[in-house]
Amino acid sequence: MHELSIALSIVNIAVETLEKNGGGKVERLYLKLGKLSGVVKDALLFSWELACADTLLEGSCLVIEEIPIAVYCSVCNADRRLEAANNFFCPVCQNLAPQIVQGKELELTALEIV
Amino acid sequence: MSEPRLIKIRENVLKHNDVLAGTLRQRFRQAGVFVVSLVSSPGAGKTAFLEKTLTILGNKFRIAALVGDLATDNDAERLAGSNALVKQITTGTVCHLEAVMINKALEDWNLNKFDLLFIENVGNLVCPAGYDLGENIRLVLMSTTEGEDKPLKYPTIFNTADVAIITKMDIAEAVEFDLDKARKSIQSVRPGMKIFELSAKTDIGMHEWIKWLEEKIGDSKLTSAFEN
Repeated sequence: MHELSIALSIVNIAVETLEKNGGGKVERLYLKLGKLSGVVKDALLFSWELACADTLLEGSCLVIEEIPIAVYCSVCNADRRLEAANNFFCPVCQNLAPQIVQGKELELTALEIV
Repeated sequence: MSEPRLIKIRENVLKHNDVLAGTLRQRFRQAGVFVVSLVSSPGAGKTAFLEKTLTILGNKFRIAALVGDLATDNDAERLAGSNALVKQITTGTVCHLEAVMINKALEDWNLNKFDLLFIENVGNLVCPAGYDLGENIRLVLMSTTEGEDKPLKYPTIFNTADVAIITKMDIAEAVEFDLDKARKSIQSVRPGMKIFELSAKTDIGMHEWIKWLEEKIGDSKLTSAFEN
């Protein structure tokens, strides 16, 4: 359970950005969360309110976009989406596909300010 | 009331850790220190494995080790019998090591005095996954008592590691451990992953691991020599 420390990092980045951009009230924060990031969406949302308390972000909403895992299959010469993190086989040709092209994201993409 | 506006950021949430880990990696390379980190669940045998590795390599390399736990310095005491310089990092309630903790632990050490640094993470197969520590190689350990499907249950950590070590092979038969099944599980979460099967207690498989590690250290020294 390290989601609270992740939430605190998000708060720090957001507050820093907010101060650089002349302040305001943050309504929403947009986060990309890869399935291979090691961070659990529900636990992160659960920590959010606590992490924001007494900061400029109090009352804000964390909007999480979950990013599925995609691998490059060298046999098909194409990117393929994987349903699970424990089965690195191309869903089309069934060959092993170790090269991850998407799914490790843990990225704060934008702030919505009013 | 003004219209809502959007500020684009596109920033990695763990940026601070990644940047510091990058700096550490550079410092290690400049000082000629090869760094190996270890992750596993609690009780998989990280400390016993490290104890044996330090004993075998202690006469050949100048070794240091950082060991992470929530509390106690029992692991550091266990390793104190080797030639290596050992320091315990107690994290309090934090469930993983971060680059900043490594940086702090190294403050009073002169890196030029070492060839090899081991970093034993807190026993945890979840949280350490996302935190780069500046290591050259990350090992993930699983013991024969944990079941062959451990990698399938904790794919993320196996995916961030370079090498898998199956420990406690001396009791594999007694606990009906299916080695083929375990190998398949590992390959399914991290195709092509290097695997060592060993016992720190009876030494089976230790030789292969040590030989491989020495080759890696040699390769890294060669690369640095070319760069400098």
